[in-house]
Amino acid sequence: MTGVIIAGAAETNAVGKLPGQSTLQLHIEAAVNAVVDAGLTMRDIDGIATVTTPGPVQVAHALGITPAWMDGTGVGGTSFLLHVRHAAAAIRAGYVKTVLITHGESGRSRVGAGGGFPRGGSSIPGQFEAPYGTAGPTTSFTIPVLRYMKEYGLTHEQLAYVAVAQRIWAARNPRAMYRDLITVEDVLASRLVAYPFHLLECCLVTDGGGALVVTSGDRAADFPKPAVHVLGTGESAETPMISQLADFTESQAFRLAGRAAFAEAGITTADVRHLMIYDAFAHVPIYGLEALGFTAKGEAGPFIADGNTEPGGRLPLNTNGGGLSYTHTGMYGMFAIQEGVRQVRGEAAAQVPDAEISVILGNGGMFATAGVLVLGREPR
Amino acid sequence: MIAASKPIPEPTPDTQPFWDGCAHGELRLQRCRDCGKPYFYPRPICPACGSTDVEWFAASGRATLYSYVINHRPAPGFEADGPYAIAVVQLTEGPRMMTNIVGVPNTPEDLILDMELQVTFEQRGDISLPVFTPAGAQQ
Repeated sequence: MTGVIIAGAAETNAVGKLPGQSTLQLHIEAAVNAVVDAGLTMRDIDGIATVTTPGPVQVAHALGITPAWMDGTGVGGTSFLLHVRHAAAAIRAGYVKTVLITHGESGRSRVGAGGGFPRGGSSIPGQFEAPYGTAGPTTSFTIPVLRYMKEYGLTHEQLAYVAVAQRIWAARNPRAMYRDLITVEDVLASRLVAYPFHLLECCLVTDGGGALVVTSGDRAADFPKPAVHVLGTGESAETPMISQLADFTESQAFRLAGRAAFAEAGITTADVRHLMIYDAFAHVPIYGLEALGFTAKGEAGPFIADGNTEPGGRLPLNTNGGGLSYTHTGMYGMFAIQEGVRQVRGEAAAQVPDAEISVILGNGGMFATAGVLVLGREPR
Repeated sequence: MIAASKPIPEPTPDTQPFWDGCAHGELRLQRCRDCGKPYFYPRPICPACGSTDVEWFAASGRATLYSYVINHRPAPGFEADGPYAIAVVQLTEGPRMMTNIVGVPNTPEDLILDMELQVTFEQRGDISLPVFTPAGAQQ
């Protein structure tokens, strides 16, 4: 079967506070940067994928692309991982040759951003969750963790340490929004947002974007940068409402998406040299490590607290600083992919030695959806 | 500027029996007539086996506290409440639902996982909203 590669990858010139750029501008800047990174022009692009708003038609039109294939899958922050998966299938099927996947979000400045979370009073979440005072992800994504703490003994200090470990990576990344080292005491002294979560255990809210160029593996030698091979992909969905998550101590969607991606790539956890886990909140990397099989149930908190995911540790995790310290526009998945690509290419700010295989786990909504990519320096 | 009010559920044809039950002080769930499994939220198909032969029944209203957060950044309409718990309860019949916990301070010391709860209803516009209170507490 034809291999598929990421031939171009880039973020917007800056990420963080960008009140001078609209959502569409962020898409365009990221798209231009990624196409240049691939040594191509917009005329070489025949497929487009992005989420609403503004959606694939708007982005393609703005860029002067006439798509022969498009994907508007919008299932939260992991959508871009699913776009890579869907693009890989379409490229193999011969429907499209070169797909551009874009993300741009004025998450902080809200310039040309469109609506937020749609929660009409007659929708199912509008009837059965919103009346109880939910106010976005901080009040819903976070609910499972007290149950996890009771079942597996995760401590407040271990939860706080997730933010501490990622800040060590962020300190090595000049583009990260927060780079000063922090301690568990700092985290626990930051103000409560939604007990047991403190401010420093919640992701940033920023502006920015990123884009990818995906094409077939037989062109791997045709581009200026080393090809990053898409070795395996997976996707799944569990629940539109956090209250209906089957087991509050685990994510079934994470597990199923991971299983599919690892099986397609023919790898085990022992092969993984670099890992990105979507970290909207400090507990998500814990759930992700366990769902992907890097630790047994209940052991991911101590695993992180023991330093295993830090620089020099055996499983470098969220090496850009993550959503907690690097950037989080609202749909962070694109940035997790970008860091995986940089690590496999060997051009990351905090480069991990021998990052031949990188795994990226994306979350959508509140444990609603998941996507997993296995990226590699060599085809398998 | 008029202060925002708390969200009021807008019943749909598939959820109307649930809200009618609440108006009568009854927590109604659905149950599959083929596999027997109760479920929540209201919908016309059994999520366990796919059967559309489903029926409504009155649940006991008993539950235990499964998990929660205490929100310090109130949603519109909740500003006057102080930090409040957004909880998920495990109903005795099996399904779980989101709710608020009333009749007890919403603090980590007072909200102990697995504590026994009982449904009660809070009037919100024309809707009776199911919330939960510690079992045995005076209404």
